[in-house]
Amino acid sequence: MATARFRQRSSYINHAILIFMALTIILPLLVLAFNSIKPSSEFGANPLGFPNEIRLMNYYDAWVNGNYTQIFFNSMTLVVGTLILNLTVSGLAAFSLAALNPRGIQTVVVGLYLLVGISIPAQLYILPLFLMWKSLYLLDTRIGLIIIYSALNAPFATFLIRSYMLQLPTELFEAAKLDGASTMQLFTRVALPLSWPVFLTTALIVSLNVWNEFLFAITFIITDDYKPISSILFTFQSRFANDYGLVSAASILMAAPIAILFMFFQRRFIAGLTSGATKG
Amino acid sequence: MPKFLTSINAISWYFLFPVIFIHFFVVMFPSVLSLLLCLTDWNGFGRINYVGLENFQELFRDRVFKKAVKHNIIWTVMFLTIPVIVALIIAYLLTGIKRGQLFYRLVYFFPYILASIVNCLIWRYIFHPRHGLGGWFENQGIDFLAKSPFAMKETALYAVAWVDMWHFWGFLVIIYLTGMYQVDDSLYEAADIEGATKFQKFRYITLPMIRPIFVLSLIIIIIWSVPTFDYVYILTMGGPAYSSEVVANHLYSQAFQRMNVGYASTIGVMMFFYVGIIVGFFAILRRMGWEV
Repeated sequence: MATARFRQRSSYINHAILIFMALTIILPLLVLAFNSIKPSSEFGANPLGFPNEIRLMNYYDAWVNGNYTQIFFNSMTLVVGTLILNLTVSGLAAFSLAALNPRGIQTVVVGLYLLVGISIPAQLYILPLFLMWKSLYLLDTRIGLIIIYSALNAPFATFLIRSYMLQLPTELFEAAKLDGASTMQLFTRVALPLSWPVFLTTALIVSLNVWNEFLFAITFIITDDYKPISSILFTFQSRFANDYGLVSAASILMAAPIAILFMFFQRRFIAGLTSGATKG
Repeated sequence: MPKFLTSINAISWYFLFPVIFIHFFVVMFPSVLSLLLCLTDWNGFGRINYVGLENFQELFRDRVFKKAVKHNIIWTVMFLTIPVIVALIIAYLLTGIKRGQLFYRLVYFFPYILASIVNCLIWRYIFHPRHGLGGWFENQGIDFLAKSPFAMKETALYAVAWVDMWHFWGFLVIIYLTGMYQVDDSLYEAADIEGATKFQKFRYITLPMIRPIFVLSLIIIIIWSVPTFDYVYILTMGGPAYSSEVVANHLYSQAFQRMNVGYASTIGVMMFFYVGIIVGFFAILRRMGWEV
């Protein structure tokens, strides 16, 4: 009896702690959401609460004044371009490491190479890369940034896809080989159709990384018309410094696609992000 | 075609070539350039002069750099303690509940997928002296947070770290939770029979059992603290008066505002060596059979 009551009380305390910590996350997000529909006249009297008068025009202002049609297009171009390039090169490499020659010297050499690659801080190479991109006329172009993002995400993507492909039964590849399939066909006809789940996970994480990336975005894109959302929002906070409604609406427009994807694919997001860190 | 070009060994190299090429082009080659440029006084154009280790000597005299290193150490220590402790407690509490667990997990994890710029804008507003919390307290007639913590020398670094930790700790919760679910339930049952308290079970069963994943999380924090940049750059630019300057920020301003290519490369090389030592240290520990 006594222990049961004690248990119950301690579980109330547990829930209280968990709810308190959840509120430290939810409340700041709510403030942002409220601000995005608040008219600017209300910010002084009502800094944190729900607006008395809802003004959805903040979103319209952000979209039009911020030239968001162009900005969204820029970010989407970066995401799609990076996905195509990164998944192609990483998929090919993962296939080679997992199915073609898993016990060869390649696995050790390339694995070690990519591991060293992961532990190099971006600050070591960002400046020489900047000068290289300048002389190659890749600076201030979206394709230049796509190449960088593809390379930065390549080690993680290769490891993740490889670990999945290792679980595919080798008999499938043997059987396809007996039927006369070429190595490329083994990849496109056997490995790809079977490992779509890991490609989906990788694609989600790479999209997230590219969409949110800040350091390379502010460094390698200089012209406003080519800037992705993250670096445009950075210029917003000084350009529209006191227009909190507009800046908040612009932030939500940036977070919304990611939040929606997260709702649908939360398990994949969480698994991909944690395994990317713990295996890398 | 000669046979050695079509052997399975050769073909597997062809498949690896694109990824190695693109990664070498973007990461490895400029990294090696950086290792060479740190021995020069190049400013991005004009002649490249070899100056030996002069940049390193200058670096050790650079007061801003010393300050930045100190801030990076404080940053690392903060991240090794506050989010780790909070995440351990929360993960342990979460293992005890069934209903609503998914909801909590999603909420805690959510800031981790938001862009740094969005998180910064949220907290810049909340800490704004006239709006946000400061404004709210002012409306109630209380003089609290009347100055933005980002704008004060004493608090700037901690305020920035607060925002980054707010974004980061939920990630640790998920990692620890994964580890805790791998612990065999029979251990807890045995402890229950022995009459162990909740804390004892945590201390003597959970902690030792999740040690590999726990140590890994500490390594990740140490390594990720080195290039920390976004939050400082967005919120304070290292100010006021270098009170929140971190090494990556110092490098960035040397590189892209002053175009001191040689000097910036030197800072980058120092960061790389530091990360290399940490990684090497843990690799040796693991080699020696210390199970991490």
